[in-house]
Amino acid sequence: MIRQQAQSADSGRIGGALVHAVLLASAALIIIPLIWLVCASLKRNEDFFTSRFLPAGSGFLGVAWERLTLDHFRSLAQLGIGRAALISVFLASVTAVVATMAAAMGGFALARLRFPGRRLAESLVLAAIIIPPTLLLAPGYQLLFQLGLLDTMAGLILPAAAPAFGVYLFRQATLSSVPPQLLEAARIDGCGDISAFFKIALPLVMPMVSAFLMITFLGTWNNFLTPQVVLQTPSNFPLAVTVAQLRGVYYQEYGLLMAGTLVSIAPLLLLFLLLQRDFISGLTSGAVKG
Amino acid sequence: MTSSRAAAPHAGAWLLIGPFLGIFALFTAYPLVRAVMLAFQQTFGPGAAHYVGWANFDFLSRDPMFWKAAKNTGVFTLGSILIQLPLSLALALLLNRPGLRGRAIYRTIFFTPALVGVVFVGMIFMLLFEKRTGLVNQALHAAIGVDLDFAWLETYIMPAMILATLWQYVGFNMVYFLAALQNVSRDLVEAATIDGAGAVGRFFHVTLPSIRPIASFVVLLSIVGSVQFFELPYVLLNGTGGPENRGLSIVMYLYQTGFQAGDLGYASAIAWVLAIVLAACTVAMRFLARGEDA
Repeated sequence: MIRQQAQSADSGRIGGALVHAVLLASAALIIIPLIWLVCASLKRNEDFFTSRFLPAGSGFLGVAWERLTLDHFRSLAQLGIGRAALISVFLASVTAVVATMAAAMGGFALARLRFPGRRLAESLVLAAIIIPPTLLLAPGYQLLFQLGLLDTMAGLILPAAAPAFGVYLFRQATLSSVPPQLLEAARIDGCGDISAFFKIALPLVMPMVSAFLMITFLGTWNNFLTPQVVLQTPSNFPLAVTVAQLRGVYYQEYGLLMAGTLVSIAPLLLLFLLLQRDFISGLTSGAVKG
Repeated sequence: MTSSRAAAPHAGAWLLIGPFLGIFALFTAYPLVRAVMLAFQQTFGPGAAHYVGWANFDFLSRDPMFWKAAKNTGVFTLGSILIQLPLSLALALLLNRPGLRGRAIYRTIFFTPALVGVVFVGMIFMLLFEKRTGLVNQALHAAIGVDLDFAWLETYIMPAMILATLWQYVGFNMVYFLAALQNVSRDLVEAATIDGAGAVGRFFHVTLPSIRPIASFVVLLSIVGSVQFFELPYVLLNGTGGPENRGLSIVMYLYQTGFQAGDLGYASAIAWVLAIVLAACTVAMRFLARGEDA
């Protein structure tokens, strides 16, 4: 009996080591392209033919550190990457705030208010979720043309200002975390529907607010097709479009292309890692108060 | 206050749902109606259009470029799902091991590529898949002697795109599977073990049926995403279909006809075919999600 247990503990340990080996190898495969990206953005173009990650030399860790360069970032700055980054920040934050607000309001109304047309609005939300965005591309473009919104920021922000998917998520969040009794009590105290939303419901769905802000910010930042179709003036282009255009013009400039890609994704990855900690501290502070 | 509420008792509710309804009417419902009309028109840019009846669909059924794009899209979708999802599930099963150390760190690492936009994934893999200078060929050459001139971005563009997508989404899907696995009843697993079921038997008879609803949701998400793939070939092939249109996708063809050639009508006909295929997949997945107990 004891021997059997010892045996199974042994095989568990071997199994555990195997599991870690597989997980470590997979994690390496995931991380290597990102490490390679950082190295590539610092390499001179001629060193791409002789080195995999960093050029070999006699410096620390066998790397020729003196051969690394920030030239690619300087060229990017001259090509106007700063402006593209500002446009990305602007588009992503405005869209995220507006879309989250509209979705939270709509979700609350559907979940907790009784009004004529609620059923219809609910089915419109569900219908809108399953319409593939590709289907609206051509007529949406035509509509923006008719409204005079082609090549404007409004032409990108307005269509994304009240996403059905968000309304649905906030409807679910409101149903599960805003008790109807609380709203009833407020109503007896003379609180209207709108102030009930801002004073009672919104604070209770804050976790969904931060999650949806982040989803929308990320989606807008990474969106390529819509700005590519709607915008025409290169000085209006966000990072995704600017970087994709660099690819056509500077095809041989590996370092420049990778520097542009790094500049476009690094802020997002850092933001995500920071917010992840924020989420956790937010959760724990709520637990302490409760 | 009381009088204003009596005058318009639902004003508050309508103000709250109003922004959604307004944006929906203008930017979803109206374009949807236009999409129906456009599919029966030929246009020259956004301004000029004339009615052509079923000609767009008629031409579509005989358009070799469309069928090439449809075949590529099918290969990409099937390849993505059949390779990516089993690997995602396998990683989730490994991470779900009781008492595993570093689970949160692994999960964060695997999830990270999902945060990178497809355009940027395309930029990175375009250079990783280069002949000679690309890391993929260098590594494969060193490991198993693959030719350094292996033409990922020309002849083997489909496997290249499937691999890049695998890198990007394997962790994203894994997160869903992991969440599903954590809800599999321990009692059920224990009961199966006592009944003498091995690890494989437990997986097929207990685990898989329990995670079926989320699994079919993940399959549906992957189908909806893969069938509409555009940005990856756009970046990897610089806005073309690649040599012999080996990398032409349906949405890429839609983009070329609608926004490069200016025929939004034909583009809409393509979009409708895509939408109908997606609707069929959604219905099929609903059916599969319910499974035997329906």
